[in-house]
Amino acid sequence: MNLTLYVWRQKGPHAPGKLARYEARGISPEMSFLEMLDVVNESLIREGEEPISFDHDCREGICGTCSQVINGVPHGPQERTTVCQLHMRSFRDGDTIYIEPWRARAFPVIRDLIVDRSAFERIIQAGGYISVHTGGVPDGNALLIPKENADTAMDAAECIGCGACVAACPNGSAMLFTAAKVSHLAALPQGRVEAKRRVCLMTEEMLRQGFGSCSNHYECQAACPKGIRVSFIAKLNREFIKALPRGTNTAPPSPSHGTEAKE
Amino acid sequence: MILDGKCPAGPLSEKWARQRHELKLINPANKRKYTIIVVGTGLAGASAAATLGELGYRVEAFCYQDSPRRGHSIAAQGGINAAKNYPNDGDSIFRLFYDTIKGGDFRAREANVYRLALLSNNIIDQAVAQGVPFARDYAGYLENRSFGGAQVSRTFFARGQTGQQLLLGAYAALSRQVKAGTVRLHPRTEMLDLVLVDGEAKGITVRNLVTGRIDSHAADAVCLCTGGYANVFYLSTNAMGSNVTAAWRACKKGAFFANPCFTQIHPTCIPVSGDHQSKLTLMSESLRNDGRVWVPLKKRDARRPHDIPETERDYYLERKYPSFGNLAPRDIASRSAKEVCDEGRGIGTSGYGVYLDFSDAIRRLGEDVIRQRYGNLFEMYEQITGEDAYRQPMRIYPAPHYTMGGLWVDYNLESTIPGLFVLGEANFSDHGANRLGASALMQGLADGYFIIPSTIAHYLARTSPGAAGPDHPEFRKSREDTEALAQKLLTIQGRKTVNEFHRDLGRIMWDHVGMARSRESLSTALQLIPELRNEFWENVKVPGQGKDLNQELEKAGRVADFLEFGELMARDALHRNESCGGHFRAEYQMPDGEAQRDDENFCYVAAWEFRGLDKDPVLHKEPLTFENVELAVRSYK
Ligand code: FES
Repeated sequence: MNLTLYVWRQKGPHAPGKLARYEARGISPEMSFLEMLDVVNESLIREGEEPISFDHDCREGICGTCSQVINGVPHGPQERTTVCQLHMRSFRDGDTIYIEPWRARAFPVIRDLIVDRSAFERIIQAGGYISVHTGGVPDGNALLIPKENADTAMDAAECIGCGACVAACPNGSAMLFTAAKVSHLAALPQGRVEAKRRVCLMTEEMLRQGFGSCSNHYECQAACPKGIRVSFIAKLNREFIKALPRGTNTAPPSPSHGTEAKE
Repeated sequence: MILDGKCPAGPLSEKWARQRHELKLINPANKRKYTIIVVGTGLAGASAAATLGELGYRVEAFCYQDSPRRGHSIAAQGGINAAKNYPNDGDSIFRLFYDTIKGGDFRAREANVYRLALLSNNIIDQAVAQGVPFARDYAGYLENRSFGGAQVSRTFFARGQTGQQLLLGAYAALSRQVKAGTVRLHPRTEMLDLVLVDGEAKGITVRNLVTGRIDSHAADAVCLCTGGYANVFYLSTNAMGSNVTAAWRACKKGAFFANPCFTQIHPTCIPVSGDHQSKLTLMSESLRNDGRVWVPLKKRDARRPHDIPETERDYYLERKYPSFGNLAPRDIASRSAKEVCDEGRGIGTSGYGVYLDFSDAIRRLGEDVIRQRYGNLFEMYEQITGEDAYRQPMRIYPAPHYTMGGLWVDYNLESTIPGLFVLGEANFSDHGANRLGASALMQGLADGYFIIPSTIAHYLARTSPGAAGPDHPEFRKSREDTEALAQKLLTIQGRKTVNEFHRDLGRIMWDHVGMARSRESLSTALQLIPELRNEFWENVKVPGQGKDLNQELEKAGRVADFLEFGELMARDALHRNESCGGHFRAEYQMPDGEAQRDDENFCYVAAWEFRGLDKDPVLHKEPLTFENVELAVRSYK
């Protein structure tokens, strides 16, 4: 099939960007979306033009590197699918496709479709871990973990850190990302010990990194390739309230506006 | 030269304890004076960097990805082995050791493999303490399953994403050290050279992948945790960026490369669909627990699978290996698939595929149980192929997946260059000629969490910290060489793209150095590879500039190294006149087609010394001695 692409081209973080038009010819429905871009890039190189820069690595939907907004939707039209797992059979011959980078204040564009997601790094560094040293830990079965808790933790831990939630949110909020990590650890007995400190440190860092607040649009859940649910945002808010000094029921720097998110 | 693995003396089960006792220590107050470079942040690198940071060393951690959470360990699906014997089914450290060494076709060091089995239990405990959400049963205990040809249930797992969860655990530990200030991260930075000062590894030269700037970093020791080289085949299950560059450049600086011909072709991947294909996707081997592998009895049978009656199907693994059946080890399962396809009985449009059929299991257990066990894998399969594996059998075919060979290291994980340590898939140490399922994660983490912290101190104790800085002439020279190489690639401006060269190389490697090799095919490869390499240096087209973000230049450097390394791989395969594990030489097989090992002449590690592209590499041998196991013929019948 033949397609018309409009791809965001931008030299650097401070350079102006624009949508450039390319024709993609002879694309087969078996190709993945990124393989289609490979074909376009190969022909650009042969014509002496600069290929389109984009982030990708595993190409199997798990590393979280790929990051493109396709026709206005992060990771494109297919539900629960990363760009690298999106296949051209989702498109029709003659389609026009718009390809843009994640757009959020906290994710500056580096080049074309590549953005800087290091703000996520700093949220995790603020407290997204259990403070255990290597060695000297008890047997893995010493602390029993109810299956439901282990399952909940795993549901949250499936986050691949791609940033689609931020790109989808009209506020550029990183609530779903942060909530997933907070909820994963809060569901486990090992993670309870530092739960209060963790939720405060991580949400503070999230705001400091320039991410917006949550106002319950649920766009993040719709865009998430791993199906992380907004109920984890509710969980984060509950953890946040639990962390407040006793007797306080409103939190001045609350990460979330309005009511708790419900699914 | 006869290489010495420096394994400690004494009974097998006491070797590691003895070694730890004999290794020198560094005073806690002095640790912060030492800087250690860790390259790569997959399981081995992240766990090493985190643990060394916890101990108080200054750690500089590098990765080419935008975040250390993205190393390709993240893609491991199945699980991680440990000899906990929780199910009480007869497992033990010795049994895990034995299975691993037998699975590797007796081409690994006893002492290393035993240590790996011993540490496996600590890894599970550590991961649980970090919050890795392993599967639990309703009583809250850790669940186990049998995996990849093991007759006991010793595999721990976190749905189909065990690698991801273990890596996120190690990444969390690493992030904690970044916060604590002991580890400094350098993402989007690629190592392009190893710097030696007075013959010892004292730093690296790197390229910042955003700005294109070339810089050097000095340290007191260097750990390479840079993964394997399966992308030499172009199409593999590795990430697009996985490469041999760091290991190869270290080899060019004097580190010996061991057993490069030991590569693993994984039996359960999604078959190639066309020329545009950029990578292959693995379907977890756990699928073989419930799926049955078959092909039609008739050649070129074009009927749909449902229309082929039971009597006209060949469940060839069950037929040939009645006791292991569909769970036969990876090398055997892969080769059997190739055989039936070469006979013309392969399925799919290309004829390179076999069925993995769940209909019996669905009938027996119900679709829900299968969905619960493999739901995400079936989903992934459908995403890629557009087919529903609940309704029709999956199509699978082998693909390059893991490389057992790697830089040679001794028992302390130190290479032939003092101060250069190699961890995880990048070294050659524990899997012999074939790796068993669920043991790669185990090795990466054993190396990073538990081995390197002890052994690196022994080296550091002999050095004084901060001996050479990045202004040392050796560093300056390394930067100049690295700049020159980039410039050379950019000025060729030929007519073929980097991908085209990579694809050509992959075809040579797959056809001639792939699943079955012969003297003839390997000699052909040894002729074709240098020709392609020469063409590359005359005709490659790399657009853009060096001092800039330039993804084509990154790829060009990696492919240039694969073009040199591939030759060594073929040479190693040609010299090993036997079949063992993943290395199958057509001339050396039993009358029934099974691999014919030659313990008399090839019971050694082949470590190659690079002496320049115009000279033949020199072969050094490390004899393998077995004191605790008998060299049996590996039979899974
Ligand atoms: S490239 Fe790894 S998730 Fe898409």
